[in-house]
Amino acid sequence: MGDYLSQFAELFSIYDVPGAFWVNIQLTIWGAILSLILGTLLALMRISPIASLRWAGTFYVNVLRNTPLTIIMTFMVLAVWTQLQISLSQDFAANFFRFAVVGLTIYHAAFVCEAIRSGVNTVPVGQAEAARAIGLSFLPAARLIILPQAFRGAVAPLGNTLIALLKNSTVAAAASVATETSSLMRTMIEFNSNYIYAIFLTFAIGYVILVIPIGLFTTYLSNRLAVRR
Amino acid sequence: MSSQHSVLFDAPGPRARRRVLVGNIIGAVVVLGVAALVLLELDRKGQLSWDLWGPVFTANAWENYFIPGLQNTLRAAGFAIVGAVVFGLVFGSGRLSQLRVVRWLSGIVVEFFRAVPVLLMMIFFWLLLGFQHVPNAPFLAVVISLVLYNGSVIAELVRAGVGNLPKGQGEAGLAIGLTRGQTLRSIQLPQALIAMLPALVSQLVVVLKDTALGQIITYPELLRAAQIFGNGNSNNLQTLTVAAVVFIVINWLLTVLAQWLSRFLSGRTAGATAAGPGIGNPTVVAGGPEAGATADATTR
Repeated sequence: MGDYLSQFAELFSIYDVPGAFWVNIQLTIWGAILSLILGTLLALMRISPIASLRWAGTFYVNVLRNTPLTIIMTFMVLAVWTQLQISLSQDFAANFFRFAVVGLTIYHAAFVCEAIRSGVNTVPVGQAEAARAIGLSFLPAARLIILPQAFRGAVAPLGNTLIALLKNSTVAAAASVATETSSLMRTMIEFNSNYIYAIFLTFAIGYVILVIPIGLFTTYLSNRLAVRR
Repeated sequence: MSSQHSVLFDAPGPRARRRVLVGNIIGAVVVLGVAALVLLELDRKGQLSWDLWGPVFTANAWENYFIPGLQNTLRAAGFAIVGAVVFGLVFGSGRLSQLRVVRWLSGIVVEFFRAVPVLLMMIFFWLLLGFQHVPNAPFLAVVISLVLYNGSVIAELVRAGVGNLPKGQGEAGLAIGLTRGQTLRSIQLPQALIAMLPALVSQLVVVLKDTALGQIITYPELLRAAQIFGNGNSNNLQTLTVAAVVFIVINWLLTVLAQWLSRFLSGRTAGATAAGPGIGNPTVVAGGPEAGATADATTR
């Protein structure tokens, strides 16, 4: 048993497991920032009074959220990079990393948009009516009354999207990012098959440790920020 | 759409209508302009030529690649959703059990499989079964992983579904002398299951999308079939687009079905009939303050 453990521990000096998790965390951070920006833009389009923008936003969301992320990632490498010869960096690794970020962003932006829109939907009509009754026009009403409540209502679904984004960052393997966790786990198991359970559990528990605090924090935040009605 | 108008805007007057019209024209020009730019750029790179698109619409492509691939996708998704419902029922009722040990064990299993990326599970089961020389290892790995993840999500749906029923249902069951287990099985679960149907259909969309992960572990599903065909013809952009469109059409139809079911059932059951968000874990937690909010949000 002690032998097994010490030999298993030796694997960590050969393979950079924390480094692999760091790649996934970086993918998640970039994906979260960019998809929050794109998703907010899409949500604004979808709730605007302008029909053409609303239509474009709806079209984007319906297409992207029904496409498998794996196809988007594969498309980035095989279609955009190989076939269209668009590259995002001279450096190979950086190029694939950026393609993975773009893939994660355009996919999760659709879900961020829906999360924010669902936040807008939690605001009762009476709030908007009251805002108009005291003489606020559209923009001040949106800024002072609707949006602050909407963002509070969107915390829980946004947190869920963030957790999904972290887990989905492993799909970067399909965009040839070779240093992230799922690729490293595969290599480690292939070369050390007698430790297959221990290796899988290491990576799995790593994700549990990352995911559960995010879930607890967003639940706490959404309860704290929820507008009691 | 109309429901959002009522929150955000007054009925527009003549001046607002003029402004909306101008905005609409500008918006349309921008959207069409972006689309035109993309098409022009694709044309400049010769990507619209029939040499590249033609092979995609031949009998060979569909008979030998797309349709067998789609069959494999649907087969894996079908087995996975059935297994996931069984898994979800077992562990969902486990989390509602009277016995603390059962509740804890079910809780640990559900939380674990909800937190681990599906791709990690697929690679693990694929290599594990491969080392044991089990035939069909990629297919089994896809199905097992999807059952574990989606089953855990469904277990949470079951728990939330029972929690969202009016309290009187459980109380009435106990009042007529049923045990807690009997009340759960014959009164609460049947109602919760009907209320869950829209969320289950949404989960089927998640399952279908996740079967595409099978490409990474060599399961010959639609994406992999399309990719093999595209590599042979050097037209990956075109074949992957077709594969994506097939996925989008199927998933979009299922999404529409989920939304329709949600509206159809909402008048017919006491439970909350929200469609799922189509990603990650459903936020409907039993009795939580956001339960009603997300229920509203996702039915739109």
